[in-house]
Amino acid sequence: MQKENIIKVLLFFAVAFNVLGVFANNPQQHHEEGQADQESLRVDTKREVKEYISHHLQDSYDFTLYSDSEEGKHIGFPLPVILIDDGGLRVFLSSEFHHGEKVAEVGGDYYKLYHGRIYKTNAAGDMTYDEEHHPTNEKPLDFSITKNVFTILLTSILLLLLFGGLARHYRDKHIPTGFGRVLEPLVIYVRDEIAIPNIGKAKYRRFMGFLLTVFFFVWILNLLGMTPLGVNVTGNIAITACLALFTYLVTQFSATKDYWKHIFWMPGVPVIMKIILIPIELLGTLTKPFALMVRLFANITAGHVVIMSLIALIFVTDNIVLDGPISVLLTLFISVIELLVAFLQAYIFTMLSALFIGLAVEEHDHHPETNDIV
Amino acid sequence: MEKLVNDFAYGLFFWQALILIVLILLLRKYAWRPVLNSLDKREQGIKDALDSAEKARLEMKNLQANNEKMKKEAREERDELLKEARQIKEKMIADASGEAEEKANAMILKAQESIRTEKQAALSEIKAQVASLSIEIAEKVVKKELDNKEDQMRLVDNMLDDVKLN
Repeated sequence: MQKENIIKVLLFFAVAFNVLGVFANNPQQHHEEGQADQESLRVDTKREVKEYISHHLQDSYDFTLYSDSEEGKHIGFPLPVILIDDGGLRVFLSSEFHHGEKVAEVGGDYYKLYHGRIYKTNAAGDMTYDEEHHPTNEKPLDFSITKNVFTILLTSILLLLLFGGLARHYRDKHIPTGFGRVLEPLVIYVRDEIAIPNIGKAKYRRFMGFLLTVFFFVWILNLLGMTPLGVNVTGNIAITACLALFTYLVTQFSATKDYWKHIFWMPGVPVIMKIILIPIELLGTLTKPFALMVRLFANITAGHVVIMSLIALIFVTDNIVLDGPISVLLTLFISVIELLVAFLQAYIFTMLSALFIGLAVEEHDHHPETNDIV
Repeated sequence: MEKLVNDFAYGLFFWQALILIVLILLLRKYAWRPVLNSLDKREQGIKDALDSAEKARLEMKNLQANNEKMKKEAREERDELLKEARQIKEKMIADASGEAEEKANAMILKAQESIRTEKQAALSEIKAQVASLSIEIAEKVVKKELDNKEDQMRLVDNMLDDVKLN
């Protein structure tokens, strides 16, 4: 009964934060809307909304909490930029770029921020373009601590604190207290509903570290994506690709002899089929993590786009009285769904990872070489 | 697709991979292992407690059944003892009465015997007395009868006749 109440309170805060958060992240549009009213002119804000959303979906070199594009003011903090150029390692704060307005000079080299990417340039910041208006300037190797890296670090620390704390609870007691009571059922859930049914009781323990970490990592990042911080980590293909790669590696390196035998010499089928099946099965090992990567990326990106678009309804509408409440209600509705999706995607990612691992470590008792299965 | 590949944030990928590895290792050591071990231990403890409770219940049941059995046995033994005692009593009574009868019979026999001997003795005494009385009477008669010679001769003759006859 108490647990239910805690979850209700958390849910309420999450929704409230989310609604507030997205509004807080759209001050630019507020401003524009006000301006449009003043001038009694139809301002084409749809394009700006689109740009704003695509900008939000991208990674960024500084952590901006609030920005006023009219006055060029940004409230937030810069993050370190780490570049590897032929001159060696270049480390400087992203504030050097002044949000893309200035050229950063580091160790005699000049770097410019152009559409969210860093290009090498000259002191004047000249850019060269090809026919499709893509910059042709040289791009240094970029290992910056971006907003997403920063958020990942923050999440990691949060996870370590939460679950390190949970582990400490057990040192002198059998039952955790406080927030541990919320975390413990989640750990048990991952173990009993995800790991054991898919991998089996005999072998699940080896993969619990990976599965639990990935589950809570993805879930917390999904939820952080719904806070006023305005981060979009799990909606970034590099992140989901990395997670999927981990699943792939864990699966392949823990696979049994049987698993490889089923890929390279499928038992129970004619020789011709065995040969045909080799490339198909090999491709299958790749498509599984690929699907994991795309699923998480697409779901979270779509969620962010939908919520931001719904809020933006207010700023592009002609009738604020009618469309305002619709926008808020729809946003609220989708936000609740996104909260579910945040959990669901973490669950699906972990569950499918467990399933793939389970398939790879499965022990086959016997295999009829002849096709006597009816 | 081309944009996706071109814009792939390898830097972010690199950091994510690095952080994730470190995170997995750290969490495994400091969080998941102790948490899972404790959970296992607790669940094992609960299972053990339930098992032992069940075992205790069964033992209790067994004990009760045993008690019941023992009571029943005791009752049976008591009944057996009572039955035996009754039998012994009856046997003793029967034995005693038999013995008494025998004794009585023996006594009766002895009494009859002694009565018979007494009777015999009495009879033989009577006989002896009768004989001596007869002899006395006969003596007196004979004495009286044989006062004279003639009588004596006659008697002798008579006796001789008897002898002859014999």
